[in-house]
Amino acid sequence: MDKVSTIEGRAIPLGLKNVDTDVIIPAHWLKTVSREGLGKGAFETIRQAPGNPFDVEDFAGAPILIAGDNFGCGSSREHAAWALLDLGITAVIAPSFSDIFSGNAFKNGILTVELPQDQVDRLLEITVDHPVTIDLENQTVTTPFQDRFAFEVDPFRKHCLLEGLDEIGLTLERGAEIETHEQQRAQALPWLDAPQRRDAA
Amino acid sequence: MASKPRTLYEKIWDAHVVERRDDGTCILYIDRHLVHEVTSPQAFEALRLAGRKVRRPDLTLAVPDHNLPTTPRTDTAGNRLPIEDPQSAAQLAALEANAPAFGIDYIDATAPEQGIVHVVGPEQGFSLPGATIVCGDSHTAAHGGIGALAFGIGTSEVEHVLATQTLQLRPSKSMEVRVEGELGPGVTPKDLILHIIGVIGTAGGTGHVIEYRGPVFEQMSVEGRLTVCNMSIEGGARAGLIAPDDTVFSYLEGRPYAPRGEAWDKAVAWWQTLHSDPDAVFDKTVVINAADVEPTVSWGTSPEDVVPVGGVVPTPESFADPSKQSAARKSLDYMGLEPGQRIEDIAIENVFIGSCTNSRIEDLRAAADVLKGRTKASNVRWAIVVPGSGLVKRQAEAEGLDQIFTAAGFEWREPGCSACLAMNPDKVPPGERCASTSNRNFVGRQGPGARTHLVSPAMAAAAAVTGRLADVRTLAPCQAVDA
Ligand code: SF4
Repeated sequence: MDKVSTIEGRAIPLGLKNVDTDVIIPAHWLKTVSREGLGKGAFETIRQAPGNPFDVEDFAGAPILIAGDNFGCGSSREHAAWALLDLGITAVIAPSFSDIFSGNAFKNGILTVELPQDQVDRLLEITVDHPVTIDLENQTVTTPFQDRFAFEVDPFRKHCLLEGLDEIGLTLERGAEIETHEQQRAQALPWLDAPQRRDAA
Repeated sequence: MASKPRTLYEKIWDAHVVERRDDGTCILYIDRHLVHEVTSPQAFEALRLAGRKVRRPDLTLAVPDHNLPTTPRTDTAGNRLPIEDPQSAAQLAALEANAPAFGIDYIDATAPEQGIVHVVGPEQGFSLPGATIVCGDSHTAAHGGIGALAFGIGTSEVEHVLATQTLQLRPSKSMEVRVEGELGPGVTPKDLILHIIGVIGTAGGTGHVIEYRGPVFEQMSVEGRLTVCNMSIEGGARAGLIAPDDTVFSYLEGRPYAPRGEAWDKAVAWWQTLHSDPDAVFDKTVVINAADVEPTVSWGTSPEDVVPVGGVVPTPESFADPSKQSAARKSLDYMGLEPGQRIEDIAIENVFIGSCTNSRIEDLRAAADVLKGRTKASNVRWAIVVPGSGLVKRQAEAEGLDQIFTAAGFEWREPGCSACLAMNPDKVPPGERCASTSNRNFVGRQGPGARTHLVSPAMAAAAAVTGRLADVRTLAPCQAVDA
């Protein structure tokens, strides 16, 4: 997974509350075999409305999304995180997130930043014309003006994002322990290894 | 070990802990991983992108089931027939390519052993007592019926298991569901689990792993135990378990993937230690009286919405909780039912016998027993039997059950998930009712607007011949339950 330290650039000022996973990626996009390409279906209903922020040329490829309360509520579908990534979004700023969504976002290297509503409102104004900077190391969001907003982040998640460690990478670091367990298991519960193979049967 | 008394769940968990972190999170070793076509493509894709391998392909088994059509898969010359829906075809093609590319054993859509993952696992002896078993499907809990710790996982976790053969997890709490006494005649394991969910509610097991205990389970067949554990997830639990015993051992002995010879003897010796210690403490206990269980049907859109078949549709006001009252109103509206209506007056147009809950040989026998010499009522438009696997199908054919079903007006299909979740062409039309042996009666589960009544196989057969939800005990001479 790519390391995340500073995310700098334009931010899409969506601002809506309760953006659920059906809005992020409608159900009919789920019968796919890839994590890629879901950006086409991302926010499909919102993007059908004329004048929506996704249509603004300045925001094409913007790495940040700014939303309202309870972003990512609804189902547990991981496709929501994949759709954002495919759109080029690697950070979302909102007053709150659904737990499952922020877990899925983290697993896919997307940073979720919680800021109070008034600070989010301020960012929604500024980002119409200006970029913002999210500094994960120092846990701040800054603007070209004097704004400097501090945010909280779980230390474990921060470490993983900064080091580019996904959960699988972390577990793989425990390879020696897994091997030891496998050896003990081969001694104690040998029948669990090497089940008959169909081709060998 | 002279340590503190442990539950069955704790014994299996402890035997699989690779490492425990200070915050309680464990790296848990996974013994068996079942893979199907719907939740695996993105996991394999991610492995490929990261340049990772499958750590233990030998502990992984792939079989397609979720969106395969249940119509014939080959023509009379034996050539494979194409799948019409391009997305289903792409998911199947992805599994077909990924399994050999990563060295995983693959049961092809046309193989005689193909079937629903949760039917195939135990049937092939791939699922074993005391093993940790996962699959990207929430009804993996079914394998708890043979005494395994089995649970469903998401796509990221599928990838995690493929790459590391482990998961990072925190232990669940333990819950005991103890059933006292004996089930009455004509009352099946499906009725029992529907009744249990009605008692504990769909959140009753949240955060817990359930162990089902009591003489009823000791006397129950493996098929029945799989049915009960399968629906643990509808009771909110991550997994359900029944202590393995001789019934399980003789079921597994000689199955293709099961251990043999000396390995088998060693395995049985360990399996015999797999039961909760007499003084083990559960975080929660629920006691059910088996004599209270009647043939049970669901009336609403949540699996906890159940009543005995002799009962009536409840009035929303009868629920104490205001949010449950409004949920009930919505359910009744969707289901097109009136409060107070007799359950036995509800006419049905469709019957589905299948799904990983009730598609094993005993289920088909129970339904065929009721259907023998009878035909479906004229208002029943569509009735299908979808065996859980190709082997179940062959066994049923050898016993002549297919003849009974087709003579009764049922269609006899190829194995798969089918109308359980309607990802393939088998759907219940909008506004129509279906007596279904599956596990979920959610809004739209069997197709947009479809109205599902969850029942046992015998009750589904009774619904087919009467054209309404009917008490199977009033139809046929009551037979001893094959439980
Ligand atoms: S039969 Fe239904 S519940 Fe079982 S695995 Fe298939 S879709 Fe899931």
